[in-house]
Amino acid sequence: MLLVTCPYCGPRPEIEFHCGGEAHIARPAEPAGLDDQAWSEFLFVRTNRKGVQAERWLHQHGCRRWFNALRDTASDRFLATYEMGAPRPSAGGEELR
Amino acid sequence: MRRFSFRTLISEAFKGHKGWERQWRAPEPKASYEVVIVGGGGHGLATAYYLAKEFGIRDVAVLEKGWIGGGNTGRNTTIIRSNYLYDESAALYDHAVKLWEGLSQDLNYNVMFSQRGVMMLAHNLHDVRSFRQHVYANRLNGVDNEWLTPEQAKEFCPPLNISRDARYPVMGAALQRRGGTARHDAVAWGYARAADAMGVDIIQNCEVTGIRRGADGAVEGVETSRGFIATKRVGVVAAGHTSVIMERAGVRMPLESFPLQALVSEPVKPVFPCVVMSNAVHAYISQSDKGELVIGAGTDQYVSYSQQGGLHIATHTLEAICEIFPQFSRMRMLRNWGGIVDVTPDRSPIIGKTPVPGLYVNCGWGTGGFKATPGSGHVFAHTLAKGEPHPVNAPFTLDRFRTGRLIDEAAAAAVAH
Repeated sequence: MLLVTCPYCGPRPEIEFHCGGEAHIARPAEPAGLDDQAWSEFLFVRTNRKGVQAERWLHQHGCRRWFNALRDTASDRFLATYEMGAPRPSAGGEELR
Repeated sequence: MRRFSFRTLISEAFKGHKGWERQWRAPEPKASYEVVIVGGGGHGLATAYYLAKEFGIRDVAVLEKGWIGGGNTGRNTTIIRSNYLYDESAALYDHAVKLWEGLSQDLNYNVMFSQRGVMMLAHNLHDVRSFRQHVYANRLNGVDNEWLTPEQAKEFCPPLNISRDARYPVMGAALQRRGGTARHDAVAWGYARAADAMGVDIIQNCEVTGIRRGADGAVEGVETSRGFIATKRVGVVAAGHTSVIMERAGVRMPLESFPLQALVSEPVKPVFPCVVMSNAVHAYISQSDKGELVIGAGTDQYVSYSQQGGLHIATHTLEAICEIFPQFSRMRMLRNWGGIVDVTPDRSPIIGKTPVPGLYVNCGWGTGGFKATPGSGHVFAHTLAKGEPHPVNAPFTLDRFRTGRLIDEAAAAAVAH
């Protein structure tokens, strides 16, 4: 089981959390203007990277707040957790890939 | 290839079994091949076998970064069934079951296919309705599946606890008698041996590090840890690592990779006559011919390539197993491991062409690819040989996520995905 550090509550066991998948996928501002290909990419296509990936987590059985995390999918180690809306931290970003 | 027969077995028994040759060669990669298969698991090896046997394409290389069958082929719970809801899925998985039924003879290799029956337990009213719908839909598609009362289920599988106050009460079960298990390693070895005998090069410890594309965008070859290999046709059959390989060709996939766990117990005498699945609690159980109880658990909630999952996932499954089969509550578990499964948004596989000319993909089998191994290899070989899909895999395109013609087994299966 992973130990997840909630930015609001601190480290808690994984069973308190729900993983919401890849982070920083912005909903298109004008969905009606998209063609099927672009809409399909928004809905279904995921980076699924082997390495450092940004993802959304929900502290479901705690403060019930969403936050983002950087995690290495090859080792399952968390590198950083940060608040929703904040930019992806540069440490643990591209250079760590 | 020296064929296995009663006569050769007897004669080798008298010679101390010293006359057996290696089951497949260990060739150096050639400079070019007609077709290159990326991934030496069951699906990749089966693809190579059917390319050589059915379509006469023998200039084929299977590139495997580790050893053949060392990934999900050697990590699954070996369950085979075809009682899927939708017409497209039933056709695909039953195509595989029909090939399983003659596979040992076809390969001249005992894959220990045992049609001991797969029973899916219904624990609540929703399960009952869903499974009865499956039974009727399967019968219309010519796939055997029957509805059992709790008493009939108990008769078919005596260890089952059907008491009404159980934590997971059994309200009935769907039984596919043609379903069962096979020896997973033997499937990889049998396909490898038979493909090798027809001239296919199986190259292990050879990781694909890039896919080279020409000025027109078409595939020109693959970069590997053992040098460049030229080819005009590449079939990617890389399971959990499909997104990683496809990114090297510049294609982003509708896939996510999750750890899926399995466990085996200490070996005991035959106690468990069939395969039992409980979708509601995500538990699978059967007994191997060695005597171990083989137990399948669920997936973790996060993307991972670590080949290990959280212990709480396995614990949840074991708690359910002990409730449903109280006699196993003091069994000891020997081993627990994980495999990385590539899951599509609709939980159906992708088998076919990609936007890149010459690049084909067979992926997205998620938590249930082993059962489809022969069928998957057969239709993918057809797709690679003809450049067009077989009628059976025609609906399973990558393009369905654009057109919206999904094959939504995620909703149909009522599995706690």
